[in-house]
Amino acid sequence: MANQVDYERIGRAARARSLAGKAVIYALLTLWALMVLFPFYWMVLSSVKSYSAYNSEYVPRFFTLSPTLQNYADAFTAVSLGRYFLNTLIFTLVTTAVMLAVVVLAAFAFARLEFKGKNIAFTLFLSLMMIPNELVVITNFVTITNLGLRNTFTGLILPSVTSVFYIYLLKENFEQIPGELYRAAKVDGTSDFKYLLRVMLPISQPTIVTITILKIIECWNAYVWPRLITDNEAYFLVSNGIQEIRENGFGRENIPAMMAAVVVISVPLIVLFLIFHKKIMAGVSRGGTKG
Amino acid sequence: MKNNNLKGWLYLLPAILFLGCFMVYPLIDVLVYSFEEGYNFASQTSFGLGLYNYAYVLHDGYFLQAVKNTFILVIITVPLSTGVALLISLGLNAIKPLRNLYQTIYFLPYVTNTLAVGLVFMILFKKTAYTDGMVNLLIHFFGGESVDFIDGPYWAKMFVMCFYTVWVVMPFKVLILTSALASVNPDYYRAARVDATPKRRIFTRITLPMISPMVFYLIITGFIGAFKAYSDEVALFGTDLNAAGMNTIVGYVYDMLYGDSGGYPSYASAAALILFVIVLTITCVNLLVSKKHVHY
Repeated sequence: MANQVDYERIGRAARARSLAGKAVIYALLTLWALMVLFPFYWMVLSSVKSYSAYNSEYVPRFFTLSPTLQNYADAFTAVSLGRYFLNTLIFTLVTTAVMLAVVVLAAFAFARLEFKGKNIAFTLFLSLMMIPNELVVITNFVTITNLGLRNTFTGLILPSVTSVFYIYLLKENFEQIPGELYRAAKVDGTSDFKYLLRVMLPISQPTIVTITILKIIECWNAYVWPRLITDNEAYFLVSNGIQEIRENGFGRENIPAMMAAVVVISVPLIVLFLIFHKKIMAGVSRGGTKG
Repeated sequence: MKNNNLKGWLYLLPAILFLGCFMVYPLIDVLVYSFEEGYNFASQTSFGLGLYNYAYVLHDGYFLQAVKNTFILVIITVPLSTGVALLISLGLNAIKPLRNLYQTIYFLPYVTNTLAVGLVFMILFKKTAYTDGMVNLLIHFFGGESVDFIDGPYWAKMFVMCFYTVWVVMPFKVLILTSALASVNPDYYRAARVDATPKRRIFTRITLPMISPMVFYLIITGFIGAFKAYSDEVALFGTDLNAAGMNTIVGYVYDMLYGDSGGYPSYASAAALILFVIVLTITCVNLLVSKKHVHY
């Protein structure tokens, strides 16, 4: 009898302890979530405060009772935000499309075709993965300048279209497709290129989507190369645009308008993320790095 | 067969062309640049070959400042972010409801433009004539003195820089560690439970060894990434990082190449190669250490 009571008390104590532990964990996780979300909240909040309201708040307020969209109008009229946006869209789409073509062809050659020197070529490709971008950017800058391609989309796009890592990722994926399919297609007289388009690409669609999304994120956030290669505002991407706005735009410290521009720039990727978050996270954990 | 050879190379051709022009050739070229003394960008001539560029860079006060900043940033942020990411991932692993929601929120910074969000951080930390800023409000609340984190003392700027860097790198680390934790075979935990192993012992003897390859992967990529820090600093302190005293090695390379202080590709190349050697050395040391401690 006494024993039974004891067990019950031990059980209750253990449950209480695990409950308390859970509460602490949830509290800490929520704290970090707030730290992640707070800058986003602050940027949206500041962007809907009017200029005078924002500047009269010596102690910033955590909410506003009179939201305004005026700052968004300012962001599009006072600086060429629309232009930056369009430029980034063109840059992102073209770079991603060209990259996909290059990467798919190379991955197919490495995965399916037999030719002399394939192994050596693949080893050389892999060794290029270790080369940091900072090392090659200097010469690329000189090359593009000498070719007279500064302030052109060609100059922006050309050096950004190959990725050895994506070739590697796709090659691995292609190799998992059974060889019987390939040989069957050969018997039917299907050409290699047709086989690639009709069979391999549809089967590898998840990987292709992952690569596409990762590249889009990379392009949308590109800063260093566009900054080096464009000094004409007509070719600025959003990253350069935001820097330009910070340093010369909007006259005297119009922070609400600046925040409106930041919101506009951040929204497309956040929407993309909310739609594809499972795919993006799976893709990144399979081999994305940010650096 | 001959036909096949040709076809294989034909499929590879675009990749080879792009990689050759924008990766292999620049790699050789950057070495040449770094040894060409007195290279003139306009006339594309130089006096001769030598080590002068390296000597110049190593004696440049801005470069030394950049090296100091970069090293402080690396030494603080890599262990800190990896440690906090591990704690967060353990927390995530221990809960069931809301786990996906938290994971999604934590990943959000990864997909945002770091330049854009950096501006928000600048505003949160900046102290102007009109307002002390959000963070100083917090400091006041806890009874401290307000500080200008953006144009103020060195340690304050360094704090913001480290804080923002941790904020930016966290999503990737949390993601990798949560999936590593989730993939530990549950049989080990069940066996430990049968033996009534204490929680701490389970962590040090099962969890940590099982995820150690991923932890080391994060440390290595973390070192590499932190050594290449640049755009986060631009977002916080503006493009003139030398004036702010907050330049990084990569920032020094770009400043030498372009902008008001630019036009010296030789100095830029020398600095880039010095950075490459530093990163390579540290990566090798990391790999050697991990060989000893990682359980595969």
